[in-house]
Amino acid sequence: MNVHSTSPQFKQNAARALHDVQLQKALNNVKQGFIDKRQAAADKLPEFEALRDSARDIKNHTLEHLDLYLEAYEEKVKASGGHVHFARNAEEAREIILNICRDSGAKTVTKGKSMISEEIGINHYLEANGIRPVETDLGEYIIQLRNELPSHIIAPAVHLNATQVEQDFRRVHTHLDAKRDLSEPVQLLTEARAVLRERFLAADVGITGANFLVAETGTSIIVTNEGNGDLTQILPKTHIVLASIEKLVPTLDDVSQLLRVLARSATGQEMSVYTTFSTGPRRASDADGPENYHVVLIDNGRSSMLGTSFEEMLRCIRCGACMNHCPVYHAVGGHAYGWVYPGPMGAVLTPSLIGVDKAGHLPNASTFCGRCESVCPVRIPLPKLMRHWREREFERHLTPASVRSGLGLWGFFARRPALYRLATRAAMATLGFAGRQRGRFTWLPFSKGWTKYRDFPAPQGETFQARWQRERKGRTA
Amino acid sequence: MSDPTSARPGKPRVGLFVTCLVDLMRPSVGFAAVKLLEDAGCIVEVPVQTCCGQPAYNSGDRGTSKDLAMRMIETFQGFDYVVAPSGSCAGTIRKHYPELFEDDPNWRAKADALASRTYELTSFLVDVLGVTQVDASFDGTVTYHDSCSGLRELHVKRQPRKLLASVKGLTLVEMNDSDVCCGFGGTFAVKYSDISGAIVDAKTKNVEAAQAATLLAGDLGCLMNMAGKLSRDGKPITVRHVAEVLAGMTDEPAIGLARDTRNKTSQP
Amino acid sequence: MSARDEIFANIRRSLGVKGSETIRKQIVQDRLERSPKGVIPARGQVSGEERIALFKTMAEASLATVTEVSSTADVPQSIALFLRDHNLPATLRMGDDPRLKSMPWGDTTLEIAHGPSEGSDLNAVSHAFGGVAETGTLAMISGHENPSTLNFLPDNHIIVVSAKDIASDYESVWGRVRFAFGKGSMPRTVNWITGPSRSGDIEQTLLLGAHGPRRLHVVVVRE
Repeated sequence: MNVHSTSPQFKQNAARALHDVQLQKALNNVKQGFIDKRQAAADKLPEFEALRDSARDIKNHTLEHLDLYLEAYEEKVKASGGHVHFARNAEEAREIILNICRDSGAKTVTKGKSMISEEIGINHYLEANGIRPVETDLGEYIIQLRNELPSHIIAPAVHLNATQVEQDFRRVHTHLDAKRDLSEPVQLLTEARAVLRERFLAADVGITGANFLVAETGTSIIVTNEGNGDLTQILPKTHIVLASIEKLVPTLDDVSQLLRVLARSATGQEMSVYTTFSTGPRRASDADGPENYHVVLIDNGRSSMLGTSFEEMLRCIRCGACMNHCPVYHAVGGHAYGWVYPGPMGAVLTPSLIGVDKAGHLPNASTFCGRCESVCPVRIPLPKLMRHWREREFERHLTPASVRSGLGLWGFFARRPALYRLATRAAMATLGFAGRQRGRFTWLPFSKGWTKYRDFPAPQGETFQARWQRERKGRTA
Repeated sequence: MSDPTSARPGKPRVGLFVTCLVDLMRPSVGFAAVKLLEDAGCIVEVPVQTCCGQPAYNSGDRGTSKDLAMRMIETFQGFDYVVAPSGSCAGTIRKHYPELFEDDPNWRAKADALASRTYELTSFLVDVLGVTQVDASFDGTVTYHDSCSGLRELHVKRQPRKLLASVKGLTLVEMNDSDVCCGFGGTFAVKYSDISGAIVDAKTKNVEAAQAATLLAGDLGCLMNMAGKLSRDGKPITVRHVAEVLAGMTDEPAIGLARDTRNKTSQP
Repeated sequence: MSARDEIFANIRRSLGVKGSETIRKQIVQDRLERSPKGVIPARGQVSGEERIALFKTMAEASLATVTEVSSTADVPQSIALFLRDHNLPATLRMGDDPRLKSMPWGDTTLEIAHGPSEGSDLNAVSHAFGGVAETGTLAMISGHENPSTLNFLPDNHIIVVSAKDIASDYESVWGRVRFAFGKGSMPRTVNWITGPSRSGDIEQTLLLGAHGPRRLHVVVVRE
């Protein structure tokens, strides 16, 4: 079982989001910040487009040889003294993690930001089993206090404002002076830093995700700006890396290519502050670092995407650029998508992971404007893959009946040009006549969706083909 | 219709793909396209046609899409070029027909052949024919919306601006986010009308902020969406297809304005 | 079937392979051994003064501060000055790095502590394995010489780097790591550090010192 989804209620979620004044304000931050910064970073690096090609090719190559790279990686992790566990699905991964935690006698577990840990819902599971999971990325910490899913894959709390965060901190940090000043974001940060510093030092196990896994050396890589991921993994006795199988890349040189596009696409930084390459547990020559190093490799549907058109989705490096540039995400935010992964990448990935019957709205709720594809660092053709989902829905008769019958009618005429000309000529003459005085309709039958927000401009009346025939007949030749 | 053999050497024979929306809603755009093409020295013909199949294609109905694509491929066989006053319909032919016949080598070759000869109007004029100016005048400031498919599938951005710069009396002022979607998206506008409504609201706010009297674009779907929103909000901004201005054919009332002149003054 | 076996079987079924194909194995082996370089930006491909200047510019763009000294003997004074200028206490933690140890700390009034941090240190100094001019990044290697905790727990982190160790690009640093540790092997941790810790998680406002150091100060030793 994956985390519960409200994706089937996408429309209701979206309607609620559109009326949420505070959320709409917060979404403006996404529109304004990320886009310009990414563009500036790309402009500063003349090789950026070539690096995107390189990044795409590396991921494609790895996926085509995934079995062999996984074997090589596993061997290297073991050679460096680490343990590798394989999990077919979320249940297995949760159980493996719980067992490792229990073996370490863990009471508190710190966590670095990890989307795969959201996907398998590890926090609730650990809690239910008497272990306290503490998110340490500031954004993740905030949404954990609120018991929410992240609304963005790199900025989990982007839907909130400082006042909401202040209220949460006052509600939860009851050991602190109730009259303390928290009016500035920096005060919130300082408080979180102090509270979490204690958790870091007390934790028995640290769980991180991995941005990449390197087959050449058996290395797991995390990329953060806060440094929380590092404190999560170097302070406790045990470090667990939870990663899905498509995170593999062959070599350190390959991962350097990918790192050059990751931060630039995500936040517009030249490089994130901390890029950490971890290989096995503490060595004899080390003065710190975890004594135990475990990697939990989870499939959870990925292996079935290989060899299909959705294989391309497995190139995703989770930078968030697609949602940062998506007009639909800008309008409704991440929670409306109803599951772990929002935006265009979520619209493609979610149906693969929880089923298109549940997540069918997601690939449909796109204008196919193509802005996501135009910024994707690994050039995933997101609109094309959304269209593939629509095709599967159509084949399985999941497409709404109204759309099907409308299209069917249109297809019927479009296949029969003579009939088409006759029918459209009559229809446009009628509409054109009806609309001649105002030039537009504020209401039309069967188009409530359109006229709810905008008028429908009236046609000129005669069709082009009719007028062309009338005017040009015999003129040329 | 002219016999293919009658075309004089050097004069490209262009099949105009008028597109359904222009055919049905705004034929004047089609005539503007014909004028621009003929002024640029083309022989223009309009074979009997329906739809490129994009609505079906984007709704996941591959069967209907293929049927309509095959019909299009046959209809436009033998032309030197196929030109459409729409980036989105031209994009369907150029980018998506080849994908549609991925597994069918015979039709794939035909689709590729059509794709390579198909252009969006302003891109054809500028990139293929090398047109640098048009003979038209238009008094006033305009702002230009880059429709998504034309922009991202066919790289139409510079071409309409280049031609607009040659229109006498016209001043182009750029709006913010001219390259951001207007929220039309075909059936999206109806299926997800709340979201579409929010996106077009953001778009028309940018249009308004540009303080231009006229909004232009190269795709009628986007234009109807934005015109409908502007008129619903009572904004006195006229909306036209870029071809109308480039061809100097702006006598027809703008999109969404009354045809019956007696009532024209009642327009916002 | 074990989870591991089933996952491999699924991958192979989806890819339409057996896993025993010699050609595929060869391709993978070859890539792991040769580790081909990809696209390397021209930006960093400069040498001498130009490279040091680029490193400095990029590190400062990442909000680190950078100072240059002409010899290792000048490092302690330079660090003492930095701490004083920022009104920071004259304390400093460091590991067993022989390069740091051999510096004349006795010339300063700094109170020096050794070993990994337990979270209460305000200031720490580490010696970098190398630097990368392309993005002003420092490459740190774990070990008792430079414990990883010093990179993250103190409020103010000072990194000493030799000018000769500042490379053009990441790939050159990997070349040195492979030379030092053997191809295919790595130290327990390599940290690339590009600027001080930060977060933009509250209203997308950039704030420094999220969990790691609030300040990152780099001392480039030109010897």
